Amino acid sequence: MSMHEAHERFVSETGARIASYLDACVRCGLCADACHYHQASGDPRHAPVMKFQILDRIYRRHRDPFAPLWRLLGRGRDPDPEELKELRELIYDTCSMCGRCTLACPMGIDTAQMVWIVREGMAAAGLAPPVLEQMARRAKKAGSPMGIDPQKLREILDEVSREYDVELPLDKDRADILLLDSSLDFNVYRPTLAAMAKILNRLGLNWTFSTRGYEASNLGLFTGDVDVARAMVARIVEAAEEVGASIVLAPECGHGYGSIRWEAAELLGFEPPFEILHISEFLARLHREGRLKLRRKERSLTYHDPCKVGRRGGVVEEPRELMRDLVSDFREMHPSGILNWCCSGGGGVVLLESAREVQLEAFRIKMRQVEDTGAEGVIMACAFCHYTFDSSAKHFGWDCGIEDLVQMVAEQMVVEDA
Amino acid sequence: MNTWLWLAEGPLFWLSLSVFGLGVAWKLTGLLLLGGPRAQPTPRGSPAGGAVYTILRHFVPRRVFLPGAGLHVLAGYAFHLGLFILLGFAAPHVAFFGERLLGVSWPTLPQWGFIVAAEFAFAGLIILWAMRISEPIQKLVSRPADHAATWLTFLVMLSGCLALEEAHVSLRALHMTLVDAWLFWFPFSPLMHTFTFLFSRGFTGATYGRRGVGL
Repeated sequence: MSMHEAHERFVSETGARIASYLDACVRCGLCADACHYHQASGDPRHAPVMKFQILDRIYRRHRDPFAPLWRLLGRGRDPDPEELKELRELIYDTCSMCGRCTLACPMGIDTAQMVWIVREGMAAAGLAPPVLEQMARRAKKAGSPMGIDPQKLREILDEVSREYDVELPLDKDRADILLLDSSLDFNVYRPTLAAMAKILNRLGLNWTFSTRGYEASNLGLFTGDVDVARAMVARIVEAAEEVGASIVLAPECGHGYGSIRWEAAELLGFEPPFEILHISEFLARLHREGRLKLRRKERSLTYHDPCKVGRRGGVVEEPRELMRDLVSDFREMHPSGILNWCCSGGGGVVLLESAREVQLEAFRIKMRQVEDTGAEGVIMACAFCHYTFDSSAKHFGWDCGIEDLVQMVAEQMVVEDA
Repeated sequence: MNTWLWLAEGPLFWLSLSVFGLGVAWKLTGLLLLGGPRAQPTPRGSPAGGAVYTILRHFVPRRVFLPGAGLHVLAGYAFHLGLFILLGFAAPHVAFFGERLLGVSWPTLPQWGFIVAAEFAFAGLIILWAMRISEPIQKLVSRPADHAATWLTFLVMLSGCLALEEAHVSLRALHMTLVDAWLFWFPFSPLMHTFTFLFSRGFTGATYGRRGVGL
């Protein structure tokens, strides 16, 4: 890992799309209004536009069609290690790559995509936050960022099977559906894992977990380590091909869904040969087809749109289709859908001690949003958002009545006798 | 004809216009040739539809951002619309572009229309620049080129207004010299956003259109 590799990464990743962003930006600063971290800190350095200035300099010197002219005129300079170290706060602590700033930008600039490239360079320079880097390394080695190797996976599935009285098939020879889950569900939110299995079993679907590829979360996308990101999605593709799955089901994990659904093709260099669906997307499809019937409960609940499932993933309406049949009084936050505020913990931010203060301050926006609905609770469809809500609500002593979408579906699905 | 005016409207103008045309073409072609992703995921929606949607949608700010963006947006529209109206319909411009260069003519702005358009353009540009030098984020992120682009455009507009009555040949020559400088510098400057905003919005729209979401 070196500055040379970082530089190579910055240069090679600046293609036509990124160049058009850098050339279109007029430095108006309107993106700042959309950023929860800037709103929380009020620090101008935290404005999204500040996060890609390093790419702009590199672009001018190396990729701009007029780059030879700029070099001749001695314009700009390449970044040094100290400068990159200082960037950590902007790139890792105060950006969850939620993409909300794109909506506020008159030029439609996708700052999150540029932050991902800067993270790639930072990781190549060995400057990713150590806690994320350790987890990413562990994921590459063991298959999961929390060290859940195939043997540990078997133990967890056995435990969940016994505790929740549900069958969790592992390593079937052939299956139509390959189910993935995240480390957070395997370790913390096991009722969600059990709920997914219950739903698939009750619907009589042919599905399996695979020891070859089971982890949805992709820490490579947090650190910017492309090798890790690629290795994680490659495992899933191999596992799906091995069992002959036509569908890969991504769990309630925002970035996990994004990595296999939207990033895998670019990482691997080919389009994965199967359908990839977020669990809420899959359930909504079954619901629409009449195969999944739900019993509505008298409750008032709101929904937190996970950024990487909704705004950056395209799954906005599907969870709502389910929720309208799950609760009698579904209340939208304001704003919601693609305009929703991030939970404040995405992109690995909630895992960073250095980001804790600004993350908690940003979470206040989310608290206000939920409270303004007057609903009894808030529904989650992303384990990482769930974890951010849990840890932040605990800090503030806030009882927000968290519910989980998949668990609600499992509890309220109507099981008809065969 | 005054030698200065002859130079500014003749050889210098054609040189600047050539640099402008070739520079813009070089920049945009080079930008597109920088390449894209190695492979694309299976679409959930239409990339082309997404590109068109985002290009059009970002002309109007989303309501939730208006409290903070309102003045900026108003000033931006006032400046750009005012400038385009002046550029296309001020009588001397119609005479210069239309009758002299293209050999055609079209209706021109009445005097009061010119004044209104110019007031909008000046007010917009001055407000935008005032924000650039006073708002903390813009102060921090603005480059010398951003200020230079504003000032050069301002001087082009100001000299154009002074030359309107055609009272002095030297005022017209000054205006044309500034226009030449503006055209010459355009492809190398932040003024290129005039063209690249379409690419920027288009790429984002196509990316998220593919994902089935209109941003």
